[in-house]
Amino acid sequence: MSFIILAIIKTALVIYGISIVVVLLRMIIGPTTADRVIAFDAIGAILVSVVGVLSIIYDTFSYLEASLIIAILSFLSTVGISRFIEGGRVFESKRDR
Amino acid sequence: MSLNLSEIVSLIAALSILLGSIAALISAIGIVRFRDTFLRSHAATKSSTLSVLLTLTGVFIYFLVTQEYFSVRTLLTILFLYLTSPVAGHMIIRAAYNSGSYMYMKEFTKKGTSLNFRYDRKETKKDRRRRAEKRQMMNEAFSKNDKETFSKYKQVMKKDDPTLK
Repeated sequence: MSFIILAIIKTALVIYGISIVVVLLRMIIGPTTADRVIAFDAIGAILVSVVGVLSIIYDTFSYLEASLIIAILSFLSTVGISRFIEGGRVFESKRDR
Repeated sequence: MSLNLSEIVSLIAALSILLGSIAALISAIGIVRFRDTFLRSHAATKSSTLSVLLTLTGVFIYFLVTQEYFSVRTLLTILFLYLTSPVAGHMIIRAAYNSGSYMYMKEFTKKGTSLNFRYDRKETKKDRRRRAEKRQMMNEAFSKNDKETFSKYKQVMKKDDPTLK
C-alpha cells in the first residue's frame, strides 16, 4: 500500500517538473517584462509545492521551512519588479516634498 | 489485503497532491498558450494558487496521519499564499497596464479569432509607450467625467489594435 502512495507522489513530482519546463518557455519568449514576471511568480508557486512533496519523499520535517521562505521571497521579488516596471523606482522616499 | 485508517487517509492525501500537480500543469499550459499579458496572468494567479493549496493540504494531512506531526509551518505557508497571491497578481497587472502592453478586446477584433492565439507580432518599445500615454489620457478623461474625450480616445484605441490590420 505504501508503495502505491509513493508511486502517486513521485508521479506528481514528475508532472511538476514538466510544468516548470513549460513555464520556462514563456519566461524565455515573453515579449514584455510583465510576462516574465508572471512566469517567475508561477515558477515560485510550483517550487513551494515541489519542496513540500520532497519532504514527503525524504521523510523529514526540515524542508517545510524552506517552502515558507520561498513563498515570501517570491512575493517580495514580484512586488519589487512590478513597482520597478511601473514607475522606474522601487522605493518612493521623497513623495511629500 | 487489509487497510488501516491511516493508509486510507494517506492515500487520499496522495491523490490530493496528484490533483494539485495536474492543476499546475493546466496553469502552465495556459501561461504559454494565451494571447496577451492579462489573460496569461488570469491563468497564472488563480489556478496556481489552487494547485499550491491542494498540494500543501495533502502534505499536511500526510504528516498528520502517518507521523502524528501537526506542522504549523505548512498551515502558515497556505495562509501566506492565500493572502499574497492576489496582491502580487494585481500589482503585476497594474504595472503591465500602465506600461502599455497589448490587450485583447473582443469587440475590437475580427470574428473567429480565438483566445489562445499565439503572440506573433513584433512590438517595439515605442508602440508600448504611445499606448501607455493614450491610456493615461483615457483615465484622466474618465475620472473628470469628460465623455466626449473618452469616446474619442476609445476610437483611437480601437484603431491601435494590430489584428485589424
